[in-house]
Amino acid sequence: MTTTAPAGSKDLASVSAESLAALLVAMERPARPSALSASLTFGWRAVLKIKHVPEQLFDVTAFPVMMVLMYTYLFGGALAGTPGEYLQYLLPGILVLSVVMITMYTGVSVKADIEKGVFDRFRTLPIWRPSTMVGYLLGDALRYTIASMVMLTVGLVLGYRPAGGVGGVAAGVALLLVFSFAFSWIWTMFGLLLRTEKSVMSVSMMVIFPLTFLSNVFVDPRTMPGWLQAFVDNNPVTHLASAVRGLMAGGWPAAATVWTLGWTALFVLVFGPVTMRLYNRR
Amino acid sequence: MSGRTDGLAVETAGLVKTFGETRAVDGVDLSVPAGTVYGVLGPNGAGKTTVVRMLATLLRPDSGRARVFGHDVVREADAVRGRVSLTGQYASVDEDMTGTENLVLLGRLLGHGRRAARERGDQLLTAFGLGDAAAKQVKHYSGGMRRRIDIAASILNTPDLLFLDEPTTGLDPRSRNQVWDIVRAVVAQGTTVLLTTQYLDEADRLASRVAVIDRGTVIAEGTKGELKASVGAGSVHVRLRDAAQRRRAGEVLRLVLDAEVQLESDPVALTARVGAGGRGAAEQAARALAELARSGVTVDDFSLGQPSLDEVFLALTGRGTKDEVAA
Repeated sequence: MTTTAPAGSKDLASVSAESLAALLVAMERPARPSALSASLTFGWRAVLKIKHVPEQLFDVTAFPVMMVLMYTYLFGGALAGTPGEYLQYLLPGILVLSVVMITMYTGVSVKADIEKGVFDRFRTLPIWRPSTMVGYLLGDALRYTIASMVMLTVGLVLGYRPAGGVGGVAAGVALLLVFSFAFSWIWTMFGLLLRTEKSVMSVSMMVIFPLTFLSNVFVDPRTMPGWLQAFVDNNPVTHLASAVRGLMAGGWPAAATVWTLGWTALFVLVFGPVTMRLYNRR
Repeated sequence: MSGRTDGLAVETAGLVKTFGETRAVDGVDLSVPAGTVYGVLGPNGAGKTTVVRMLATLLRPDSGRARVFGHDVVREADAVRGRVSLTGQYASVDEDMTGTENLVLLGRLLGHGRRAARERGDQLLTAFGLGDAAAKQVKHYSGGMRRRIDIAASILNTPDLLFLDEPTTGLDPRSRNQVWDIVRAVVAQGTTVLLTTQYLDEADRLASRVAVIDRGTVIAEGTKGELKASVGAGSVHVRLRDAAQRRRAGEVLRLVLDAEVQLESDPVALTARVGAGGRGAAEQAARALAELARSGVTVDDFSLGQPSLDEVFLALTGRGTKDEVAA
């Protein structure tokens, strides 16, 4: 009887007991890694996974391009006279909308990992507990940066001319990344809480659609009915979009920025501990 | 704090874990001496994995106490994590990453520098016969290779206590032997190994003490010798020429061996335990054979074997009695 290994694998190499014994001889254990170092190592893992599964970059490249083109030409003429004029208002907003929408994949990838045994190993390591989760978010921050670059490039090509220049745009993107990092703790929570990837996806949709569309991303809320304005004006995505729009336009949107940072702190302080509680309790 | 190779590596008292209505672990007491291989033997769903997951700080016990090298697994979980490693039933490595990347990742998380992590990973891959597969994604590994990279990941820092949860389930005989070699090498260097298995054979080869678990409780515990003495050193399997003689053969065996007789699904086969209470198994079997011949039963084939896990269970739980020959 022969046992077959998957094609091409060399399962014939045998275990070398002597070299193994030499390796096992009580070795000095290194000091535990710092919280930052452990988080960065998990971030490195996320980047490696992008390298091995590059298809997952689709949602941060093709999707944002599609969003910019679609909304610019669909609404531009009707809302602002010309697509070019509308783009000045839309681009920061659509950037916010797309990146905030992409954050929901965090929950799905957390869920996919939990189903595999590797999560058990991470949870038995003597490391700063949240570093596993922070690692996901760091890897995602890279994806958000790529998405932002892609959209800004498309925007510039179509005629977006931010008055804030490089500095203003960079400040806007930075604020967006900080917000997305904090916002993603909602998804890590759902990733740990819900039973299947599918349910993570559908619950995420239920949260993300009203939150992103019922905002000032597409239009000024003044034409909306009062009850809707009440929601839109207090929506974190509205604050974020106003702040990013203001920063990119060279302004100093103090109130919107403070609101955004307030939401950021709130998300981390509420959903961070809930996530970690679920992580420890699993 | 207990040392690496003296005192108790694991000590549990009244450990309970309930999932909904099921009491997966229902009052488990274990004492695992440091520096040995300890076998936890039981069928699927007996609660073995749940016990291991509680000891490895992955699950919180509902009640009872568990200590690993004197550290409480709930209150001092971090201290426990510093001394144990777990190789789960399913590969506890990232399948999308290569062998090297997995070991470097874990090496870094254990505090090694980039270069040291890489070096240690390469050495382990070579020692485990995975040098050629180092740059391949783990999802392309065979079952035996996965198990090896998994164990390699567990000994990046030589742990004081290594949990191996059914390390050879689903492996071919060759890969199983390799895993056994690794376990022997690991324990020879002073690491305590807690091994769960469904195979008595495996526990017999590796473990010095064994606990038998069923329905969440320990139903027997002791050295292999003690366990076998309580179960019966083995069993005789008899195949008859004529199925009509089976009832008679069963009666003869029961009288001679003073043991329970099991009818196999094959209508001409029977099995009986021999050697219980330290009596010579071979001698008993020989007497049984002679007695069968004297009472006119024609035996076609005959063998003396180690008790299977089923037989251990039968002996320990008394379940399955309805299948025995009716008097």
